Amino acid sequence: MNPLLKVENVSVRYGALEAVRSVSLSLAVGETLGLVGESGCGKSSLGRAILALEPVVAGRVGFNGVSVHTLKGAGLKQFRREAQMVFQDPFGSLNPRLSVGAAIEEVLFVHKLGGNRAGRRERAAALFEDVGLDPDWLSRYPHEFSGGQRQRIGIARALALEPKLLVADEPVSALDVSVQADIVQLLKKLQRERGLAYLFIGHDLAVVREMSDRIAVMFNGEIVETGTADQVCDDPQHDYTRKLLSAVPDIDTALA
Amino acid sequence: MNVSRHRRLEMVVRVDAIDFQPLETTAKVDGSFMNETAVSPILDVQGLEVHFGPLSDPVRAVDQVDFQIFPREIVALVGESGSGKSISALSIANLIPRPAGRIMGGKIFFHPPSPEGSGVTGALEILGLNDSELRKIRGEKIAYIFQEPATSLNPVFTVGWQVGEAVRLHRKGVKVKAEVGKLLADVGLPDPKHTAKAYPHELSGGMQQRAMIAMALACDPDLLVADEPTTALDVTVQKQILELLVELRDTRELSILLITHNLGIVADVADRVYVMNNGKMVESGETRSVLTNPQHDYTKKLLAAVPRLHK
Repeated sequence: MNPLLKVENVSVRYGALEAVRSVSLSLAVGETLGLVGESGCGKSSLGRAILALEPVVAGRVGFNGVSVHTLKGAGLKQFRREAQMVFQDPFGSLNPRLSVGAAIEEVLFVHKLGGNRAGRRERAAALFEDVGLDPDWLSRYPHEFSGGQRQRIGIARALALEPKLLVADEPVSALDVSVQADIVQLLKKLQRERGLAYLFIGHDLAVVREMSDRIAVMFNGEIVETGTADQVCDDPQHDYTRKLLSAVPDIDTALA
Repeated sequence: MNVSRHRRLEMVVRVDAIDFQPLETTAKVDGSFMNETAVSPILDVQGLEVHFGPLSDPVRAVDQVDFQIFPREIVALVGESGSGKSISALSIANLIPRPAGRIMGGKIFFHPPSPEGSGVTGALEILGLNDSELRKIRGEKIAYIFQEPATSLNPVFTVGWQVGEAVRLHRKGVKVKAEVGKLLADVGLPDPKHTAKAYPHELSGGMQQRAMIAMALACDPDLLVADEPTTALDVTVQKQILELLVELRDTRELSILLITHNLGIVADVADRVYVMNNGKMVESGETRSVLTNPQHDYTKKLLAAVPRLHK
């Protein structure tokens, strides 16, 4: 089967700093690939490069067989519909002066989806229900929601265009554990219903394992280990993976 | 220690003598450093009640909460956002923002392990202190670190200046530059001389938190309140900061109140744990027993939410 996303030898550079060095990975429809590493390892840069939000200096990002960095105009707009991002800080990614309903409707308007105004409102309400929020809240503003609710709004906004791929960059890192668990369950439910592929970026291997089918460990701009979630967590091959694993505060290890 | 400071401290104690109550709470705490000895808590919070919002229909952010911290103990206070754990922690040094919040009831007895002055033994009731008395407690006896070091640090002053500020204000006669260098070295910052000249944005998140800890330690406090000190950090940096806190507990004989929502951290470093939900204390006990044999439904729910590294 052809993968939905195929990243081949991609490098990203900021001036003299090579943030991502010749990284290759692939992701199938309906699959979750976890991408873990510390701050500064290049995981977010890679995520942004995959969405063509960052230029690449070498390599190729293939999405459905198309090289995304060659896309322009209508082709790029179509790609944006199919590949969306969920950010770490939903408050920072929502416009404080737009009601959350307007923020979602704007996405539909730009992409000429949902028909007229009433149609867009209806779509926004349906999306709210899909992510477990009350559609009556669409007229509220971002500051009126809790962190977990805001992340649900961020997910609803990302889903508005019915994408095939979601790049989720530390989507639960800023949330309480119990809220984290709720958002992880929501993402899994949406994946089952919609056949979404996720690139799930994080630094906490326990959370990433919970979400992922496969995990890629990134260090210093390079991927040092990939494998199934079980392999990487239970039988790590690379020293850096072992270091990351030992850093996770784990109840079972501490009380063993 | 200079004389005028002594006198002021004695005054604090005397003023407070009205409120003084002998502490009945003594307890035997497990742990190598306190085996077989009955010790009294350094902090004893009794019936704390904090309200927010309208007087007629207040939000009971903290509702009849009791907790104790014993000398050289790391005590974790866990709960979700909005459970009242941070408000309980701020109350300890009477730091609830007014008029938004109101401490409606309760007593907070602070019992410094080695009272300065002439052998005065007794507890201060913090909620009964006036502002100038509180200033002697805040920073000097009870210090805080918070979740976002970047927002706690002033962006326009160097790290050295900010760490030195507490030394200049509270410790007259101490050579500030040398003391700052020592503090920065104590919290594991590399090249203290160079780091002292850096501005906060030039440091990583982990280094910023170390600088905050240096500020908190500047007056050699007895109690450190750490409110989600590692939540904004990577797991690898988090581990280093937690190791630093444990080391400081041992070397500086600190008692630490650690506020967190991460039960993995609790398991790693805490001697005892208190669980808060909806403003109420729902469970407390020795860490291992609470985590392996939780009694309250909320504690069980919290435990079930923790992602496990190994299935």
